[in-house]
Amino acid sequence: MSKVMSLSEAIERFVHDGDVVYAAGFTHLIPFAAGHEIIRQHKKDLILARATPDLIYDQMVAAGCAKKIIFSYSGNPGVGSLRIIRQEMEAGRLAYEEYSHFAMITRVAAGAMGLPFLPMRSTGSEDLAKANPQYQKVHCPYTGDELVTVPALNPDVAIIHAQRADANGNTQIWGIVGEQKEVAFASKKVIVTTEEIVDETVIRSDPNRTLIPDFIVSAVCHVPHCAHPSYTQGYYDRDNKFYLEWDKISESREAVEAWLNEWVYGVKDHDEYWAKLGAETHERLKVSPAMSEPVNYGRY
Amino acid sequence: MIVAAARLLRDNDVVFVGIGQPNLACNLARRTHAPHMNMIYEAGVIGAQPSHLPLSIGDPCLVSGAASICSMYEIFAYYLQNGKIDVGFLGGAQIDRFGNINATVIGPYDKPKVRLPGSGGAAEIAAWANRIYCLTPHQARRFPEKCDFITSAGFLSGRKEREAKGLRGGGPQAVVTDLGMLEPDDNGELILTTLHPGATVEQAIKNTGWKLKVADDLKTTESPTDEELRLLRVELDPTGIYLK
Repeated sequence: MSKVMSLSEAIERFVHDGDVVYAAGFTHLIPFAAGHEIIRQHKKDLILARATPDLIYDQMVAAGCAKKIIFSYSGNPGVGSLRIIRQEMEAGRLAYEEYSHFAMITRVAAGAMGLPFLPMRSTGSEDLAKANPQYQKVHCPYTGDELVTVPALNPDVAIIHAQRADANGNTQIWGIVGEQKEVAFASKKVIVTTEEIVDETVIRSDPNRTLIPDFIVSAVCHVPHCAHPSYTQGYYDRDNKFYLEWDKISESREAVEAWLNEWVYGVKDHDEYWAKLGAETHERLKVSPAMSEPVNYGRY
Repeated sequence: MIVAAARLLRDNDVVFVGIGQPNLACNLARRTHAPHMNMIYEAGVIGAQPSHLPLSIGDPCLVSGAASICSMYEIFAYYLQNGKIDVGFLGGAQIDRFGNINATVIGPYDKPKVRLPGSGGAAEIAAWANRIYCLTPHQARRFPEKCDFITSAGFLSGRKEREAKGLRGGGPQAVVTDLGMLEPDDNGELILTTLHPGATVEQAIKNTGWKLKVADDLKTTESPTDEELRLLRVELDPTGIYLK
């Protein structure tokens, strides 16, 4: 059964005010187009979970979509801090729940496994556990070791960007695979955005590459260049220039407003956004191919 | 500073590479004395061989030509927690007398004076990599007697406390600064063991927030070679993103 629909329809149907949203992707495949569509639809009171909130959540927080963030590294990678989120946190206007990367991802993994929690070894740094009561301790029934636990995270909706998926939602990702699989299995609804919608036979020619099976997917949206200014391995490069630019833009709320007006509210959808970026940017982000050697699955 | 940090790495080391200057030091080591170093990035990239220096630790240039890719859960669970990593590189806003690191908050947690990005993988790296190296500018405000918040455990209140916690890794081995290098003594306290050419003991003491002890056999860093400087300035960071 085809689940293909427009991104605006998917966001309208599956993202509701107050939801816990996890837009997945560690640096790679961050679904910016979905974040922008959520902003355009004026969703609010969202609880935004992501290991690295990145620019996508900085923009969503700036647009007033969020009441809380759940995170483990709130920086602009290689550049500095996420200024909007940082200001809102420092001013006490944005609630937050903080973890280390492993604890954050362990929450999602527990959610994906249908467990109430998962244990980890202690890192010896206990200040975060004092600040966040979600961290607890158990004793291992076998060794007696004291272990740290975090509870499962089961988002209302996951948003996953991918290189390719079929119309039913079988989703293939290569390159950095971050936490996409765990997030998809942990979440109640899964929106897949994809660079290409391919025939089911393409998926079945390489089943090892399928991270997410169709029957847990709610919507498949064809959104080329969805990840810009992050990237899609093999399709376009990370727009490091924009990551540096955002550091300047986000110094002033007026500049952020102007940016949102021009690049989010001022465009109909992501295709228009991409076209507006212009030929110079398209050229700069182009990547030349590096194909993998095919593997032989054999005919049986 | 970058060159001194790079020289701490050994050939065949499995290194968990951090963001920013550590990235530069590791890539320099791999192109000089440690060609078989295995660079691992917390995004889940194993055996990266980047053609150029990535801005972030999840850049696509880390993926093409890498030996393996795994999920974030696997990189932390199978690789770090399970003790497969030799070296972790960390930075931070504050490093205290016992090598504890703060990358979370200046001031109280609930009423932050300055809110920093937070742990990322730093809490786990500090606990579970066998050897930890830190890179930081030598400034008194970055070297307080005690961190406002411990994001990553060094020796906590001394070697005994770290040992009592049963952490897998050996803790901080060296803190490299723009003046020289601090290393932990028998109690886990960071003391000045090396000065870079031109730097003085007085400078180091003045720019350290605790009463800095000086090693009896204080050493001097060998000057960077022409090749090391060429690699850094021409090949790895030609636009000066990290080398300011």
